[in-house]
Amino acid sequence: MIPGQFRAASRPVFLAFLSLALASIPLWAPRFWIYIATQALIFAIFAMSLDLLVGYAGLPSFGHAAFYGVGAYACALLALGHVDGLVPLLLVGALASGLAALPIGALSLRTSGIYFLMLTLAFAQMLWGLAVNWTSLTRGTDGLIGIPRPTLPGLDMFNISLYERGPFFTLCLVVAITLFVLLEALARSPFGKTLEGIRENDRRMRALGFPTFRYRLAAFVIAGAVAGISGSLAAMSNGFATPDLLYWTVSGLALIAVVVGGSRSLVGPVLGAFVVLIAQLGLSTYIDRWELVLGALFIAFVLFLPRGLVGLVRRT
Amino acid sequence: MELAVSGLTVHFGAVAALDRVDLEVGPGERRGLIGPNGAGKTTLLNVIAGELRPAAGSVRLDGRDATSLPPWRRARLGLGRTFQRSTLFGQLTVAENVALAVRARIRGSWRFWPARERIVTDEVERRLDAAGIPHLARRRAATLGHGEQRILEIELALTAAPSVLLLDEPMAGLSGAERQSALKRLLGLPGEVTLVIVEHDLDAVFALAERISVLDHGVKIADGAPNAVRADPRVQEAYLGSI
Repeated sequence: MIPGQFRAASRPVFLAFLSLALASIPLWAPRFWIYIATQALIFAIFAMSLDLLVGYAGLPSFGHAAFYGVGAYACALLALGHVDGLVPLLLVGALASGLAALPIGALSLRTSGIYFLMLTLAFAQMLWGLAVNWTSLTRGTDGLIGIPRPTLPGLDMFNISLYERGPFFTLCLVVAITLFVLLEALARSPFGKTLEGIRENDRRMRALGFPTFRYRLAAFVIAGAVAGISGSLAAMSNGFATPDLLYWTVSGLALIAVVVGGSRSLVGPVLGAFVVLIAQLGLSTYIDRWELVLGALFIAFVLFLPRGLVGLVRRT
Repeated sequence: MELAVSGLTVHFGAVAALDRVDLEVGPGERRGLIGPNGAGKTTLLNVIAGELRPAAGSVRLDGRDATSLPPWRRARLGLGRTFQRSTLFGQLTVAENVALAVRARIRGSWRFWPARERIVTDEVERRLDAAGIPHLARRRAATLGHGEQRILEIELALTAAPSVLLLDEPMAGLSGAERQSALKRLLGLPGEVTLVIVEHDLDAVFALAERISVLDHGVKIADGAPNAVRADPRVQEAYLGSI
């Protein structure tokens, strides 16, 4: 009973501490590390959206980068078309990726397990090919460059510019916390419970009267839309959108983040995203073959800590 | 609700798992379905539930043609079932298992925000009490013993409050005491519920069923009152022949 009570009380405390620690980063961290933390936050949103599929719905997508990339390109195209409002730029990423997820999900979800994994991978690589070859829209491998940072009414009054690293980091943190709260609510909602039932036993859910395909498709579209928001932020942060965003390695890194952090928790993917990004940047400075180390880390987690970092504190 | 199948034929390769099977079960009737191993009993239930498409024949629920409806639509028309091998939500708790069955009935699973569902939690509590397993509420279904899983298996189907309930060997592997309590739970079903029960425990079948249908090698060989079926020479031959 004691560990349970400890857990129940400690989780909000931990989350509040984590949020405050992150929020303080612009106050003390060197500029380079603010940039790294920004990238990690954006990647954390992306990993959370993947966890909705992998952890809650039990759908091992290996093509989630498709929706990261589509969101980034949609945001880039709109921003280059002289729309500079933050909210429309984020929403267009969500909308475009959600729309892309609808047909991809409708086709991929007719399969399951390894076939689902391969189909999502194939669709993502098709979109990558499209981004490379549809040069009139995407400018091919050069990508869309010179994407301006968004504006938010009121910030000018305080003389705050989103071109500066601190304020942009804080913006990403606000978006990440908002999406965390929304996804957490979703996971606890009747819809989220239904997804868990489908993950555990699709056949029984159908026998009980649940149209399970529709629920899985809805989860796929929601996850795609949230990934689209992270893609929008990535486009704003980098100032460009290139086909790399859609490449399968991006999907792979997100899966590693979910597994290393721990699926079915939402906190897990956030931790995992920071571990993966810091490992990537830290290691690549010293070792050329940093992927090898990350791969070894991934294998070690799968073998010895299959429930990820959150599995260290969560007993159930 | 009335269940009627006619001319059902299912082939597995060259084998006819079901061969022009007719079955009519009236509203509120309790029907036993027996036969030697491999007679096609589970196949028949799977066709009725919509998991298997027949090569020929039709399934009707209250006169409505359900032959091409997917399982979940049939469930919403009032068809419920249990599985021969327990088909539970392994990593969820017993209470969460039952809660899913409650939500299946009251709908409202398209809500994306947490709801304080007193209706659901109250009913889960009542159901677990009625099934005699309130002490298992917080256990994960996968960690239950076989008998406990069978009881949960039956309770999930009952919770959906079906009008037609298909039971596939509900008593399989239960101890004597567990059998008695499961039987009591089934005998306590509302009179209007139509029941089709496949069971090897013939005592349980004769206790529950008003009529019995016998399948052998995919063919229905007898249909009638328990005593008449028991005395039927073809039934005796099918059973004795298989021993």
